[in-house]
Amino acid sequence: MGIFDYFKSKSASTSSASVAKDRLQIIVAHERSKRQQPDYLPQMQQEIIDVIRKYVKVGNEDVQIQLDNSDDCSVLELNVTLPDQN
Amino acid sequence: MALAKIIVVTSGKGGVGKTTSSAAIGTGIALKGHKTVIIDFDVGLRNLDLIMGCERRVVYDFVNVINKEASLSQALIKDKRTKNLFILPASQTRDKEALTEEGVQAVLEELAKDFDYIICDSPAGIERGAQMALYFADVAIVVTNPEVSSVRDSDRILGILQSKSKRAEQGKEPIEEHLLLTRYHPKRVELGEMLSVSDVEDILAIPLLGVIPESEAVLKASNQGTPVILDTESEAGMAYMDAVDRMMGEERPLRFLEVEQKGFFKRLLGG
Repeated sequence: MGIFDYFKSKSASTSSASVAKDRLQIIVAHERSKRQQPDYLPQMQQEIIDVIRKYVKVGNEDVQIQLDNSDDCSVLELNVTLPDQN
Repeated sequence: MALAKIIVVTSGKGGVGKTTSSAAIGTGIALKGHKTVIIDFDVGLRNLDLIMGCERRVVYDFVNVINKEASLSQALIKDKRTKNLFILPASQTRDKEALTEEGVQAVLEELAKDFDYIICDSPAGIERGAQMALYFADVAIVVTNPEVSSVRDSDRILGILQSKSKRAEQGKEPIEEHLLLTRYHPKRVELGEMLSVSDVEDILAIPLLGVIPESEAVLKASNQGTPVILDTESEAGMAYMDAVDRMMGEERPLRFLEVEQKGFFKRLLGG
């Protein structure tokens, strides 16, 4: 490693290649998690939203459903953002 | 179908070098003494014949064989330069349904009796042709350029290999996946303008089979209808041969990844 590598590494985080890598890591991780979810998840999500709507006024984006698979168990995470009371 | 090894050369994205790589790797395997056939799965957009320089010898094609309009031996084209090497050209029909699962399976089974390696040159995209090319594979070579859309599409194809292939559907041992990075430009990587080998490895997380540098030899070879691996003087040709050697289990260090050093002073200052 030469002395100029020190300066090179400083600019590395702003190079267009590192921007590309960051963007790819995010989109690929996102698409992989979608790929692993079962086919019924979108419909189940919609039905859960419909049930919640019977009682509280929420939009589609206020309900997040995520399925996480670890080694021997799957966790279905349901996150509902309720509207302000006032 | 247990005899021959079926290798799919795939990528999702078009124009990354699937056919160039299929031609080069198929030729390289045949040069090693293994009886090899390269099948063009790109129905409607036949091009392997041009890259292999046998376009004027096409009489019957893959779909003719599936439809029993011709026998395999009538459709197979024996390569004139390389011993042990055959080409099965794609059909130019516009019927996208021409490749049936049963039809493809029957042809592959018949080829497997006679060949050591079957290379399936996949079309771009994720439609029927691409799915059929990968469905029966034992090994996948995922051709990727160091560029965002190519890397993303490669990851998508990896997902399909892991869920929609015959091995996946039958719960067998998964398809062996290999990354082939093509059109690599060491100078631009050094300048931070292009994703590096390790960047792409980090994202796709599959074993690296080889890195093919961007090379004028590739266009020259396709102009002439000669697989670039036969240009043994070119960096691309040598890099493809290294990749074939690695597939055969030989150790080959990566080459052509560094910008050529200018001399003593440059070496002193770094690199």
